[in-house]
Amino acid sequence: MTSSRVPDGGPLIDRSKPVSFTFDGAGYEGFVGDTLASALLANDVVGGFRSPILGRPRGVFSAGIEEPNAFVEISEPWFEPIVAATMVDLVDGLVATSRPGVGRLRGDARRGRRVEHRQVYVELLVVGSGHDGFYPARDAAARGERVLLVEQRSTIEEGAGGDFIAEGVTYLTRATALGLYDEGFVTVLERGSDLDRLWHVRAKRVILATGAFERSIAFADNDRPAVMLSHAANAYLDRGVLVGSRTAVFTATAGAYGAASNLTAQGGRVTVVADVGGAERDPDLVPHAEVLRGWVVSGTEGDRRLEAVHLEGPDGDRRTVECDSLLVSGGWDPNLALWRAAGGGVRFDEEVHAFVPTEGPPWLSVVGSAAGEVPNDDPYWFVPADDTSRHFVDFQRDQAVADITDAVVSGLRSVEHVKRATYIGTAIDQARTSGVITAEIVNAMLGAAPGSQGPSNARPPAVPVSYATLAGQFRGDLFDPVRATPIHAWHVDHGAVFEDVGQWKRPRSFPRPGESMDEAVERECLAVRNAVGAMDASTLGKIEVVGPDAAAFLDRMYTNRMSNLAVGGIRYGLMLGLDGMVLDDGVAMRLAEDRYLVTTTTGNAALVLDRFEEWLQTEWPELRVYCTSVTEQWSVVAINGPRARDVVDAVGTDVALSREAFPFMTFRDGQVAGVPGRIARVSFSGELAYELHVAGWHGPLVWDAVMAAGQAFGAEPYGTEAMHVLRAEKGYAIVGQDTDGSVTPADLGMDWIVNLSKGDFIGKRSLRRADLVRPDRKQLVGLFPEDPDAVLPEGAQLVLDEASEIPMPLAGHVTSSYRSPALGRSFALAMLEGGHGIHGHTVFAPLRERTVACEVTSPVPYDPEGARRDG
Amino acid sequence: MLLIPCPWCGPRDEVEFRYGGQAGIAYPADPDALSDAEWADYLFMRDNPKGPFAERWYHVHGCRRWFDAVRNTETYRFLGPSRPGQGGQS
Repeated sequence: MTSSRVPDGGPLIDRSKPVSFTFDGAGYEGFVGDTLASALLANDVVGGFRSPILGRPRGVFSAGIEEPNAFVEISEPWFEPIVAATMVDLVDGLVATSRPGVGRLRGDARRGRRVEHRQVYVELLVVGSGHDGFYPARDAAARGERVLLVEQRSTIEEGAGGDFIAEGVTYLTRATALGLYDEGFVTVLERGSDLDRLWHVRAKRVILATGAFERSIAFADNDRPAVMLSHAANAYLDRGVLVGSRTAVFTATAGAYGAASNLTAQGGRVTVVADVGGAERDPDLVPHAEVLRGWVVSGTEGDRRLEAVHLEGPDGDRRTVECDSLLVSGGWDPNLALWRAAGGGVRFDEEVHAFVPTEGPPWLSVVGSAAGEVPNDDPYWFVPADDTSRHFVDFQRDQAVADITDAVVSGLRSVEHVKRATYIGTAIDQARTSGVITAEIVNAMLGAAPGSQGPSNARPPAVPVSYATLAGQFRGDLFDPVRATPIHAWHVDHGAVFEDVGQWKRPRSFPRPGESMDEAVERECLAVRNAVGAMDASTLGKIEVVGPDAAAFLDRMYTNRMSNLAVGGIRYGLMLGLDGMVLDDGVAMRLAEDRYLVTTTTGNAALVLDRFEEWLQTEWPELRVYCTSVTEQWSVVAINGPRARDVVDAVGTDVALSREAFPFMTFRDGQVAGVPGRIARVSFSGELAYELHVAGWHGPLVWDAVMAAGQAFGAEPYGTEAMHVLRAEKGYAIVGQDTDGSVTPADLGMDWIVNLSKGDFIGKRSLRRADLVRPDRKQLVGLFPEDPDAVLPEGAQLVLDEASEIPMPLAGHVTSSYRSPALGRSFALAMLEGGHGIHGHTVFAPLRERTVACEVTSPVPYDPEGARRDG
Repeated sequence: MLLIPCPWCGPRDEVEFRYGGQAGIAYPADPDALSDAEWADYLFMRDNPKGPFAERWYHVHGCRRWFDAVRNTETYRFLGPSRPGQGGQS
């Protein structure tokens, strides 16, 4: 027995509450209050871990978050792929397996821990509950401020045992500040017994009382199990665990004497102290030990765990001393990872031989040992030797002094470059025990003064955090809001296949049992061309633009004139970016002199409204115009096809439907299926069409009426896929499918809608820019593949010469491609260089398996005369 | 995450806002009178200083109003009060 539980004592454990746990398949006992690491040491499990690259035996090296060796996977009572044993609170039934530095994910997400996110706003956030953090928190709470105190250990440190609670302070234990961001925004991971909470904290002030990390010293075989940082011995004594029965100490500071003294007081035996520090010591702290001033530990011996240390004196004397544990202390480094990540500066302090904070953001301060109150003597980084290949610096990356030497000898002079050459500091422990020592070894090799270069910055998150925790409750159904129209339930009941358009669920088609998607789309298209079809168009963006200057405003936003539209009229409009590129399209309906309803594409509704607001607020505040989104206030049923008039008539309306009384591109207010509504004669299929606009909640009623009335005329419900085919047959471009932000109205062959004489409008000036009037710009054309059954893939590239050498000069690309039931063949829309001038020519789509020749045509392959729209 | 001083709503989290680029670039009174180079300068060219920078913000998930604010691009800190937007499309 070497490391063991002392008979009594240990304020952090509750000896009345024993717990059982399993490590690497063997059962052990511990107590509530133990960490997994302390319980393992209490059971004399000193090694038990392996280094990730070299496979060297390793043991617990620390007692905290800086642990570089003792990593485990937890499989019961929850799953966690990798965590330091020093950070695991022991619970009954815990099952842990050692993991050499790399975790493994498992597929079963249900076994992950429950997660929730919390938002909190406080005047003061204190990170670290030691003396220097506790009192500012208490005082601020006494002043009536909201105070949050986070402590990564399981108990508040000041007044260990948790009975030292200040009123008004909110405590989070087992809570780690993952990162500090702008203006006091801090993420904190709280690990409850069965729940992880990610706190989003916004604090007016943040105090970092993050303490200091003990430095190691690099010497040969310094990674042997039972070599550990001196303060860890103290931390384990707090849990009633003695880390060894014959202990050696290798130190450069006075601090290790305290740890040695505590060990002795609890029944341990410190046999030898090798002390390279120069300051005075109190030998009474280690009354039974031989203190060797100026001596170093030059190496260790042992099979899987420490059995002896080799000592070397200042005059070259050598000795070997048997021991079962070695406490190492090279001094202390303020823990400034969060400080530096938040933009705080550091400098090397010659008094304490460590990096200490300088200036930081005004909301942030740092106190205590984190602020540089560390008891360091002269620094001592590594024991010189001919062979430093086992003087380990970064245990988790298996990197030694020799590896740093190799990097510097290779010509790397920056710590940042050495980091990238050696991977030092890139492991889970974030260089907490290796960063400063690496920088100082580089400084020494370059002949530079200590502190010339410091360690590289640690980055958030401070500890590993799972994506499941970051995602929190925002997964599955809660990942993104779903928008559905009032008619959605009907679509679901009738077998609709849905597609996502923005956040909207839209029926893509309504396949009948046994029908393929292609067959369903063909049937739906033919219904519209030959009889009638109905589509739920409620998702169309709808904005009411109201006010005395509404007409003037729309004239500036659209390329054509909206101000001379008669009340009751509808006009198609195109909206450009300032750069002259097509941004969105839709129709404007003039409801009254001072009132328009404009529609947008489904996906652009918010963008267009924002754009209206932007121009009204920032450029034209003198315009008296108000914009209101009414997308969800209206249900819209689009009835398209030669029998559309019959269907609307059968549904029942008091609006006169005849061609003469109700012309194309006008609307009428009236009763529809017994409810008040509006009928608009607009068509996105080229067929006779009516859109029925009714209050959102009347949507299902009207839809049912249309379906019932339509039966006699062969009506079919149709989805977005049929809509796409039908509009493409008419050459109607879809913004965002046939355009990509680099397409002008002229490129689409839509010069006719650009009114250059009406005054200024957004994008107008850009249309004259040299690049926008090049004749060889990509322009919208139709394509007929020579093989009428060949449906080109959308996105396929086009070339003019199929025999040209690879890489072939590309002339364009396919933007929309379908089989047209009406034409009985395949066709496509494409953006093709100089396309408007080469109708009738042949271009080629080189595909993986074959090259498809295509005839370039006008983009309106179906009913180019527009004869069908009036029925 | 920035804490952005909306002049109407007070300081709010960055996620509620949309960035609007450099402030104070007014839409030209007569774009047709500009040369291609002058128009391109208005359209594309923006300052990118290290230090104080006047920029536009849109409280899109709040009061839905635009405003201007000066921010130090080096420290990300907002300097002084923001004010309602007064021109400057981007």
